[in-house]
Amino acid sequence: MKDVLKGKVWKFGDDISTDLITPGRYFHLRSDLNELAKHTLEDADPDFIKKISGGDFVVGGRNFGLGSSREHAPTVIKISGISAVLAKSFARIFYRNAINVGLPVIICDTDQIDTGDELIVSLTEGKIQNVTKKKEMDFPPLPKIMADILNEGGLVNYIKKNGEYKI
Amino acid sequence: MLGHTLAEKILSEKSGQEAKAGTITVVDVDWILMQDGTGPLAVKQIEKLGIVKAARPDHTIIFLDHASPSPRKELSNDHKLLRDFSQKTGCLISEIGKGVSHQIMAEKYINPGEVLVGADSHTCTGGALAVFATGMGSTDIGMAIVSGKTWFRVPESFKIISKGKKLPKGVYAKDIILYLIGLIGADGATYKALEFTGDFFKELPVEDRLTISNMTVEAGAKAGLFPSDRHTRAFLEKYGRKEKYQEIHADKDAIYEKEVQIDIEGLKPVISRPHTVDNTVFIDELKPVTRVDQVFIGTCTNGRIEDLRIVARIFKGKKIDKRVRCLITPASVDVFQKAAEEGLIEIFIRSGATVLPPGCGACVGVHQGILADGEVCLATQNRNFKGRMGNPDSHIYLASPATAAYSALTGKISDVREIL
Ligand code: SF4
Repeated sequence: MKDVLKGKVWKFGDDISTDLITPGRYFHLRSDLNELAKHTLEDADPDFIKKISGGDFVVGGRNFGLGSSREHAPTVIKISGISAVLAKSFARIFYRNAINVGLPVIICDTDQIDTGDELIVSLTEGKIQNVTKKKEMDFPPLPKIMADILNEGGLVNYIKKNGEYKI
Repeated sequence: MLGHTLAEKILSEKSGQEAKAGTITVVDVDWILMQDGTGPLAVKQIEKLGIVKAARPDHTIIFLDHASPSPRKELSNDHKLLRDFSQKTGCLISEIGKGVSHQIMAEKYINPGEVLVGADSHTCTGGALAVFATGMGSTDIGMAIVSGKTWFRVPESFKIISKGKKLPKGVYAKDIILYLIGLIGADGATYKALEFTGDFFKELPVEDRLTISNMTVEAGAKAGLFPSDRHTRAFLEKYGRKEKYQEIHADKDAIYEKEVQIDIEGLKPVISRPHTVDNTVFIDELKPVTRVDQVFIGTCTNGRIEDLRIVARIFKGKKIDKRVRCLITPASVDVFQKAAEEGLIEIFIRSGATVLPPGCGACVGVHQGILADGEVCLATQNRNFKGRMGNPDSHIYLASPATAAYSALTGKISDVREIL
């Protein structure tokens, strides 16, 4: 897992549901994740996938990822090249899924972050540097088991290595 | 020592150690479910481990319910992949047309005090039977299938207390849970367990508890739990497994993070407006007049026989408004059969409704009732997110089966109390 992430911000509002990230009408593409990823966040911003570059950040408000358990949602965000999602709060299943697929999720006050801002995020130090706004923010560390899963790049690798859950 | 909430009690029992809120614990799971939308990815994740096996195949159930029967070849291939996995591992498969996972888990499998994890967010439905039931993603479920275990952060609990004993006319369990979500918000209970108690909830049949537990995830909750009691016993007895009953409830001195009271007798029919479930309003405050193009009755929230009986009473001898398409999807084949035996299906057909095979139906925008641009649907399902029913340019309102049925007759979202 890369520790220092750099990129530009794409800002969204509160309550970005998994239906907005991976619409149900693309249900048939779920076994073709690269195709599905071409529609990432399409119902929140139809041009999202055309605008982003690798390493960019998705920034939300409250309750990011609410709704269905579809792990395809964090997976396509990751496949699209986004390096992390930052939000004021996350829905529970999305949060856990993101870590399981190796997509960093960061809880912080996102009111001060806008589309176009350049960020540098250090995962181990728990620091966000907003280069554009010349501001710094801290974020709390993950619980140990989640940090371990993320460090392995996801839950499959974690289980491959440890064989079981190490609490 | 401090007392345990219902969540702490079940998780302590299952992990073999004191599971207080905030601790992280590994538990043996009793039941695992996955469905055709999330199952294929779970299988692929299992295959990455280089093994294809299940720790408890006879306690792992694969439901073909979301695209049922399959509307296109990609989904047929997904179904095939799941059938093959079931063949190889011995995991049980619930075929197309048999119904929605959560309804069938309640009818056939889960019992008080057990742990159920599912690759479907509404797995929390099982909380109605005092089961610690929660939704997860495909990888978590894949790893649970292989190992028979999962990890949890033991949730803090909110105590939801009913005040009063009797619901007013025209108000149902669905209205209670919509009201609660409107009250605490779509993230009001994120990561928490909700525990329902009070005179009214104690006398609520399990069928209605299922509707309430089903939607607790719409407030962000990890679980929505009812203690087990004589109603739970009656439910298990009805489905032929009364020997599985055990009483399980929170200790008197359990610690709750928050208490929320609901004045049951002061409730009115509730409508949830587009595009978030917590955007609720009592029906008499809904403005302006809202015409409906489609009414959808069914799903894991409200597709039970009790719901269909209510709809049939309202439809009997009447015709659905000419401009409305009314779709009815029984939640399971058991419900479908009862509805046929009781003559409900005939009433639906005579009134002009379209009866669809058991399954998720139009709920998730895959097939069987995708909306056109600008159209309005009133549904008994649990979600009204933008695009949920297959078109981001449409509008979904949520309500009880009674409100939905009456609105199908009038052609606009209407107050069912007018005819009761
Ligand atoms: S009926 Fe709807 S909410 Fe329930 S499991 Fe099916 S798609 Fe999900």
